[in-house]
Amino acid sequence: MQSNQSFADVFRAGGVSRRDFLKFCSLTSVYLGLSPSMVPSIVEAMEKKTRTPVIWLHGQECTCCSESFIRSSHPTIEDIIFNLISLDYDDVLSATAGHQLEDVRRKTMKDYKGKYILAVEGNVSIKDDGVYCMVGGDSFLNTLKETAADAAAVIAWGACASFGCVQNAEPNPSGAVPISDVIKDKPIIKVPGCPPISEVMTGVVTHFHTFGTLPELDRFGRPKAFYNTRIHDKCYRRAFFEAGMFVRSFDDEGTRKGWCLYKMGCKGPTTYNSCSKIQWNGGTSFPIGSGHPCIGCSEPNFWDKGPFYTRLAEVPFLGSDSNADKIGVIAVGAAAAGAAAHAAVTAVKKAKAGSEDNDKA
Amino acid sequence: MAKKIVVDPIPRIEGHLRIEAKLNDSNVIEDAYSSGTMWRGIEVILKGRDPRDAWAFTERICGVCTTVHALASVRSVEDALGIDIPANARIIRNLMNATQVTQDHLVHFYHLHALDWVDVVSALKADPKQTSVIAQSLSSWPKSSVGYFKDLQQRLVGFVESGQLGIFSNGYWGHPAYKLPPEVNLIAVAHYLEALDFQKEIVKIQTIFGGKNPHPNYLVGGMACAIDPNKDTAINIERLSMIKKIIDDTTAFIDQVYIPDLIAIAGYYKGWLHGGGLGNYLSYGDFPETSLADFKTLLWPRGAILNKDLKTVIDVDPRDASQVTEEVSHSWYTYSKGDGKGLHPWQGETSPKYTGPKPPFEHLDTDKKYSWLKTPRWKNHPMEVGPLARVLIAYAKGDPMIKDTVGLVLSKLEVGPEALFSTLGRTAARGIECKQTAGFMRHYYDQLVANIKTGDYRTFNSDRWDPSTWPAECKGFGYTEAPRGSLGHWIHIADKKIKEYQIVVPSTWNASPRDANGNSGAYESALKGTPMINPEQPLEILRTVHSFDPCLACASHLFDMNGNEITSVKIV
Repeated sequence: MQSNQSFADVFRAGGVSRRDFLKFCSLTSVYLGLSPSMVPSIVEAMEKKTRTPVIWLHGQECTCCSESFIRSSHPTIEDIIFNLISLDYDDVLSATAGHQLEDVRRKTMKDYKGKYILAVEGNVSIKDDGVYCMVGGDSFLNTLKETAADAAAVIAWGACASFGCVQNAEPNPSGAVPISDVIKDKPIIKVPGCPPISEVMTGVVTHFHTFGTLPELDRFGRPKAFYNTRIHDKCYRRAFFEAGMFVRSFDDEGTRKGWCLYKMGCKGPTTYNSCSKIQWNGGTSFPIGSGHPCIGCSEPNFWDKGPFYTRLAEVPFLGSDSNADKIGVIAVGAAAAGAAAHAAVTAVKKAKAGSEDNDKA
Repeated sequence: MAKKIVVDPIPRIEGHLRIEAKLNDSNVIEDAYSSGTMWRGIEVILKGRDPRDAWAFTERICGVCTTVHALASVRSVEDALGIDIPANARIIRNLMNATQVTQDHLVHFYHLHALDWVDVVSALKADPKQTSVIAQSLSSWPKSSVGYFKDLQQRLVGFVESGQLGIFSNGYWGHPAYKLPPEVNLIAVAHYLEALDFQKEIVKIQTIFGGKNPHPNYLVGGMACAIDPNKDTAINIERLSMIKKIIDDTTAFIDQVYIPDLIAIAGYYKGWLHGGGLGNYLSYGDFPETSLADFKTLLWPRGAILNKDLKTVIDVDPRDASQVTEEVSHSWYTYSKGDGKGLHPWQGETSPKYTGPKPPFEHLDTDKKYSWLKTPRWKNHPMEVGPLARVLIAYAKGDPMIKDTVGLVLSKLEVGPEALFSTLGRTAARGIECKQTAGFMRHYYDQLVANIKTGDYRTFNSDRWDPSTWPAECKGFGYTEAPRGSLGHWIHIADKKIKEYQIVVPSTWNASPRDANGNSGAYESALKGTPMINPEQPLEILRTVHSFDPCLACASHLFDMNGNEITSVKIV
């Protein structure tokens, strides 16, 4: 049996008619002692598509995305890698090494041409022929281009692959760029965050497997299901923001009462992510829930928007029905009109320490 | 005629590592070269930034040993600014660190290392009844029935027959170096899956205090999480109870699954005692019971051992310019006063200069420069850091828990202490240490509860939070013992900004290229003399390299911040 065939394919290839195939499924149900109502399930199982092959490449990264992925509470990582996908190539979990591992990558690219998913963790270094990131005796730049060429779709895991993360921060000494700078001709699903929430990562994979389509994406290529609203909009401390009740020093009385962390530098008002909804590690907590301001790790260039403990110059009051698309439109419009006020928040600018005392609310 | 083999990429590690090895006619490794093939320049990026933000940048050096760089970073800033953190903050950080070590070691054993010893395909041939008998003889872990193993085996058969082997594709299954009987392989596969499911629970302790994992939040001056047993918006009894349950479950998993598996598997490999290597061991120590400066109270002791001499533990001072140095004679950098001159991190300098072959290439020129890793040395000695170093130093210093546990493991395996100087010894030391740090978790939970009971809820010292309180210029050193070994951060603050920031990382100690005197680093040294059954299937190399638990993103970012511009890169 070839690796990319379902049982139904094998039957067909052997000259077995559809009618005989269905008969086989009925008999199988009898042998297994199952009721006739189970026959359609068996047919479906026998006709089931092969597990979607996934090649997971690692560029300039820290592996926090992989670590987050294996923390998923639902579905579990076991379910993902043994039932939903075929994780053929992965630096973290693959058993084999060296050229045997590279052989696996090339075989999947050949056997599943145009059908495999390419998942990328990390930036790609484009400077100096890519010598700042080399894998298997070649530059990651070359490997990425080669592997992307015949992929059905590309997933950009985390802040690195989506937007460029810590190594991409000023002055970006290794020429690290997001993968969209290199892969121009494929749909790229961006799943930003440093790392992304584990259930968001597995959710993207499971969406594809369950519905057979890519999830709907916003204008930046992020799945709407997870990046449609700001952390601020669903934050349980939002009421304190509205009431003007702020933490003014870590460990003050307001901290223990769970007041708003906006004045401690919280980037929740400008950060699109599911932290305040899904939360982290099976819903255990999230940064603001544990008393620390959001550092905005799913936003482009967040490393250069700090310092982290300096609060935002201005917060866009657009209500919780506003989404990333709308804000993006406003930001573009505002910038075009020369009105810097809103753009200051959304268009990746450093918050200025000097405007610290300009209390809102 | 010697032949050279290349293993690259090496999976089941963090980052990008390449090994080139020279074999003699009998396929014994004569020499080995370890190369880090990625560089990101994070210290350069830190320059000019707010020192209070540095923990977040450095934490992103590694997401596998997440938290360790954040911890070393806040400690370096606090050392520079003279900040004493409240007792609760010290206890919480210790608990988070113990959580990290415990989870990291468990994941390493099952998911990054086990497949070097466990043949997954052989498990298909196991007799579930016999498997159950063996499992029940090893431990009281309840998941050990015939039905449990039978069901797992059937799932495994279905997986293999699907033709899509996923992460097990093209593995070295059937390699003669695999020695476990099918039943023990099946037990190991079962626990691979159970550990994969369980590891995500352990880290929730970090999520409670730090808001997320990987990459929980730290804070210069303490911790941001508030404590108040009478509020629903702070660490209260519900949160504490969750922590306690996780500690109980973790302890049970280590005692009933990890340690019995380690002993059972090691029993079949005790004839394979290759991979000893340097025989020099270093630890900065960690887990302070009081102030970090008082390193005599560290639960993991500080010290160094040379030439396997367990009778002498030498004092270590990483602030001493003559002790910890780095040179670049075989690294893709240049130094102004000679690449082979070792510089203390506070005096270091930088100029990356790639002189390797243009990719794609077959081989590196290992006679010249061949790695993005610098070469750290302690008093000019190459050193091994990590669990084996720490266990040997604690053992040599007479730590009762370590002495007892090491004695127990050695007696069960019927081997002497000299067996510790090996690949297997490194792997066993990690398990011994994991059991110890699970005990630390309980210890810190008890400390935290006892301190809260006194009415002390403080988690943060605000005295030096405002940069206007800082001196014009100051230097600090922060250290931790990360899962993979000794980690140091050296910071220089001037005008309220980071002027210099330098990091010497565990995997740089272990994976470094050779120094100007031709001395190999720990990986290179450990690989020498290892016989290979089939050079086409480098299982023996993977075993020894994995026993160090490589973390190359950590190791290969290295860069000082002495104000030097990055020079352009010339391709030879």
